[in-house]
Amino acid sequence: MSGVRVLVGTRKGAFVLTSDGKRERWDVSGPFLGGWEIYHVKGSPVDPNRLYASQSSGWFGQQIQRSNDGGKTWEPVGNKFVYDGIPGTHQWYDGTPHPWEFKRVWHLEPSLGDPDTVYAGVEDAAIFRTTDGGQTWLELSGLRGHGTGPHWSPGAGGMCLHTILIDPSKPDRMFIAISAAGAFRTDDAGKTWRPINRGLRSEHIPDPTAEIGHCVHRIAMHRSRPDVLFMQKHWDVMRSNDGGDSWKEVSGNLPTDFGFPIDVHAHEPETIYVVPIKSDSEHYPPEGKLRVYRSRTGGNEWEALTKGLPQRDCYVNVLRDAMAVDSLDKCGVYFGTTGGQVYASADAGDNWTPIVRDLPAVVSVEVQTLP
Amino acid sequence: MIRVELPAHLRTLARVDREVQLDVQGPATQRSVLDALEARYPVLRGTIRDHVTQQRRPFLRFFACQEDLSHEPPDAPLPDEVTSGKEPFLIIGAIAGG
Repeated sequence: MSGVRVLVGTRKGAFVLTSDGKRERWDVSGPFLGGWEIYHVKGSPVDPNRLYASQSSGWFGQQIQRSNDGGKTWEPVGNKFVYDGIPGTHQWYDGTPHPWEFKRVWHLEPSLGDPDTVYAGVEDAAIFRTTDGGQTWLELSGLRGHGTGPHWSPGAGGMCLHTILIDPSKPDRMFIAISAAGAFRTDDAGKTWRPINRGLRSEHIPDPTAEIGHCVHRIAMHRSRPDVLFMQKHWDVMRSNDGGDSWKEVSGNLPTDFGFPIDVHAHEPETIYVVPIKSDSEHYPPEGKLRVYRSRTGGNEWEALTKGLPQRDCYVNVLRDAMAVDSLDKCGVYFGTTGGQVYASADAGDNWTPIVRDLPAVVSVEVQTLP
Repeated sequence: MIRVELPAHLRTLARVDREVQLDVQGPATQRSVLDALEARYPVLRGTIRDHVTQQRRPFLRFFACQEDLSHEPPDAPLPDEVTSGKEPFLIIGAIAGG
């Protein structure tokens, strides 16, 4: 019988939650790599037992850990992330030039075809690639070097490259997003990049429609239709039908269009999920009610999903990498909170139950659907 | 023989007990001790000193013989008590954060 494995990164370690296809009873294992911040854990699509984890510490820096047995055991691999050439400067919060400094890996995106190839999105924003299972990492410096890099500036959480999407139909096409530079696309496997932010409007920057400077929080796609992208921006939920060449707002009737994660149903490319958050200065759900919003129309028309979620006195946040879907039928949807809960829905969001309630603050959630 | 004490997280990472014992070639200095430590335990590269600049990471300090050696030049000789193995070279993480 098929099953699912939920990979949870928290402020104090990694956890692996497993269940069969019913997704009713869960086995919780961990913490792995205890005491360290685990920004992201993700498995290879071609070898589900090959997992990669970003392990970070303000004291001891960055580690990358690899598992070859689905998360039961881990081994450290390469942790040397050095920018290509002379790194140069980006803009600091006050607009002055600031040298590029590696801080941590926010996101690991394993290749769709090779378990030893992984892309890493890092802070200060850059993309690296390993082709030897994480032992060595080289920067794809065409992103930082394409021209606008000196004008990028950090968001409140740092200048992080947090989203990497690989187009399953065009192996050389990838999308990435940076807070607070915006979204970018490569069509030649990472050699060259260009901003794809036309249509975004950010009132908090000097030129609200500038080519770069937008605080994109997350991008998502459905693998059957990779030219359609969905974006949770700092404020605004956006949609592109042309691979990011242009965007239009689809916030519609959301109670607030601020938030962090966005994801797409595994079998319905027009069904998308967000978690509205009150504001950029109040990172909790409006009215103390934790509600996932679902649109079955690719945006604009949204319904609140509340069954099983706390509807009073709830003031947690859901971070940008902390939502994921499985590919079972019905589609499972999962998200983790800064309060340490991981919620699961085995029916596409209609009903929710907590898998665990008391983990450390959840930073990331990924799901593997196992044969 | 030089004795080195690591903070808990680095002991876990390197899979060692409380104290590491190292044979250091030439004069015992911060640099030579850390070079020997990283050669024995490559996983510690980048965790104590920056990969590129070789500067001590900001939230770590070096102590020996009840003295803070963190701002000593990396090639300054370590105290005789450390060189002889009588006292350990301590690598300590700042007590800060959560």
